[in-house]
Amino acid sequence: MNRSRMWMAVALIGLGLAACQPAEPVIVTQEVRVVETQEVEVQVQVPVEFRMESERLAAVMARGRLICGVNTSVPGFGYLDADGQNVGFDIDFCRALAAAIFGDPTAVDFRAVTAAERFTALQTNEIDVLIRNTTWTFSRDVELGTDFGPTTFYDGQGMMVRRDSGFTSLADMDGATICVLAGTTTELNLADTFNALGLDYDALVLDTGDATSAAYDAGRCDGLTSDRSQLAGLRTGLANPADHVILLEVMSKEPLGPVWAHGDQQWGDVVTWVVNALIIAEEKGITQANVEATAASDPQDPEVRRLLGIEGEFGTILGLEPDFVIDVILAVGNYGEIYERHLGPAGTDIPRAGTLNALWSDGGLIYAPPWR
Amino acid sequence: MEGRLSRRLIRFFRDDRVLRIAGQSAFVLAAAVFVAWLVGNLNDALDARGLTLSFSFLQRTAGFAITQGPGMARTESFWRAYQVGVLNSLNVVLAGLVLTTLIGLLAGVALLSPNWLLRNTVRVYVEVMRNTPLLVQLFFIYFGVVLTLPSLQDRIELGPLILSQRGVWVPRPVPQPGFAVWAMLSAVAVVVAGLIYTRRQRRRRRTGEVTRPALWAGAVLIGVPLAAWLVLPHAPLTLENPTLEGLRMVGGLRLAPEYFALLVGLVLYTGAFIADIVRAGILAVPHGQREAARSLGLSETSVMRLVVLPQSMRVVIPPLINQYLNLAKNSSLAIGIGYLDLYAISQIIFNQSGQAVQVIALLMATYLTLSLLISMLMNWVNRRMATPGR
Repeated sequence: MNRSRMWMAVALIGLGLAACQPAEPVIVTQEVRVVETQEVEVQVQVPVEFRMESERLAAVMARGRLICGVNTSVPGFGYLDADGQNVGFDIDFCRALAAAIFGDPTAVDFRAVTAAERFTALQTNEIDVLIRNTTWTFSRDVELGTDFGPTTFYDGQGMMVRRDSGFTSLADMDGATICVLAGTTTELNLADTFNALGLDYDALVLDTGDATSAAYDAGRCDGLTSDRSQLAGLRTGLANPADHVILLEVMSKEPLGPVWAHGDQQWGDVVTWVVNALIIAEEKGITQANVEATAASDPQDPEVRRLLGIEGEFGTILGLEPDFVIDVILAVGNYGEIYERHLGPAGTDIPRAGTLNALWSDGGLIYAPPWR
Repeated sequence: MEGRLSRRLIRFFRDDRVLRIAGQSAFVLAAAVFVAWLVGNLNDALDARGLTLSFSFLQRTAGFAITQGPGMARTESFWRAYQVGVLNSLNVVLAGLVLTTLIGLLAGVALLSPNWLLRNTVRVYVEVMRNTPLLVQLFFIYFGVVLTLPSLQDRIELGPLILSQRGVWVPRPVPQPGFAVWAMLSAVAVVVAGLIYTRRQRRRRRTGEVTRPALWAGAVLIGVPLAAWLVLPHAPLTLENPTLEGLRMVGGLRLAPEYFALLVGLVLYTGAFIADIVRAGILAVPHGQREAARSLGLSETSVMRLVVLPQSMRVVIPPLINQYLNLAKNSSLAIGIGYLDLYAISQIIFNQSGQAVQVIALLMATYLTLSLLISMLMNWVNRRMATPGR
């Protein structure tokens, strides 16, 4: 009953979207040759239809604005500044996407979604894309009907301690009291890690992030554990941020990246390659300041030429402008610049060099497939 | 014919009994349909998500550790976590009930004190506590008072008492070899003291002699254990002082800051309500009773203890039950200040297991049981206190 109603709603929305489509879908028919093992060659003609354009992209273009599901309470990643503007690392990826589609980084509506409602918001088409420090996991990818884009930040659970405590690694923390948020995977990882290390600990379990950091700040706990990205943000809210350090050890894998509803691969391609463009731009040294000059100077590097739309039809294939990458870089800079702006020393100060979030050429995991 | 039938029908539907039965059946039917709709809705929603309403998940490994109260290891079950929650809740509720009764009684009597300073100080306490939310008070006590105590390294030592933001420690009594003998003698002394008290009391009632029951019973109660302590070759109990080892105190008895803050908060808040109930109860005793008692030559304390308080109990106990139930239920605010009571642990369980419906059902059943038990006990006390009918 409920399910059939839902399908009807989906069908109706689909019809609505289809009505917005400006162009005919391109249909490619492919011949597939199946060779069976019994030495009998059977030729089967299977018509395979590729929908070469995205319903979602068409809907976004018709609307004239991108709707991006974001966080508004994690400093550095997604929060509201003093003027009530959405700012942060994740927010800049939303702006990059808007710049790619419309050439205008402000053509984006930010929709604040909580951790609990974010996937429902995607499933019900409330938002076009979710960029809200969301960890890529098996069950979210497979069960929830969502797809994950390239990882933009390799996060992991960390431990913040007082600088004068003398702790340099988790192994020093035998008998420590740890502040932790109730009912999270963080709580489970903490138990696992300390058990594995054979360490004894007391947990102070509180039900809000504010209470957790307040208790830590008051000295009730020796350590505060959460995702490293959040710790860096929480640290800025402590009475004296410089008195606290985040230990280097990582207790879990939390790859964060953009998420969209399963089923529109073409839309996924747009999101994926906008992120990849930002990474390649950093690799090639293309910055917000020099992108226009670089494009005008007729660069020699073939990949730069392809990236900036001087050669090839890459933007058009995605359904965007041929030189959309120039708009993107002009709007937000390359990956490294986004990182520096929000997570660098001027922002929440999460060290990048030597971590997983360094470029692959610097020993990190930030890597984009070739633009060809 | 038709006219007669309709007249009979009209008479039938105007019959009081018919209306009553029809009305009640309609109500029961409507209620049943509503409940069936709720249950059906729940089942549909559960089916859609592939969930079942089974409690077997309680046997699964919890995966999280609890380090408050009895505590549990990471590898124990959700059921064990629930038990720890119940024990932690009972711990704070039972201690709270006793302490809040004492505070409430003292404050209630003080509200009627002829001493201006005492009366008005207590009035301020009662009004402030009654008119601000408990959660705000708990935050204030926890973050504003308990957590501003010094760290373990800079702890305050008041004789054997150690105060710090990590908890309050007192020395722990440790039984020594002679302890069993001493404990047995002391137990005998308690029984004998009880016997002496009742017999002397009875003799005084019968004969009017001055028998001093409390004095004699007290002498036995204190004298025997003291003598045994001195006679035994080793002291039956020694005190173990807490010492700092690494990051934590080892030994001694510890009162966790979260437990302490919650207990103080609950006791002060509920005590303010009880104070006003006690004050009202005392005022409800006719003034003539007090005057009559005074004219018999009773001291002010005796007037209060023997005449006024026993009679005011009849007025006090019914609203007191409400306050006891409030204290038990308010203990679930523990989650705000990090004390792992039943509610806090239940929330962790349903976050980690995803079985929200069962956990909430179990939680409600547990609080209901606790409240009904308190209610039953207090109703029994109420019946005992009621003036026998004349």
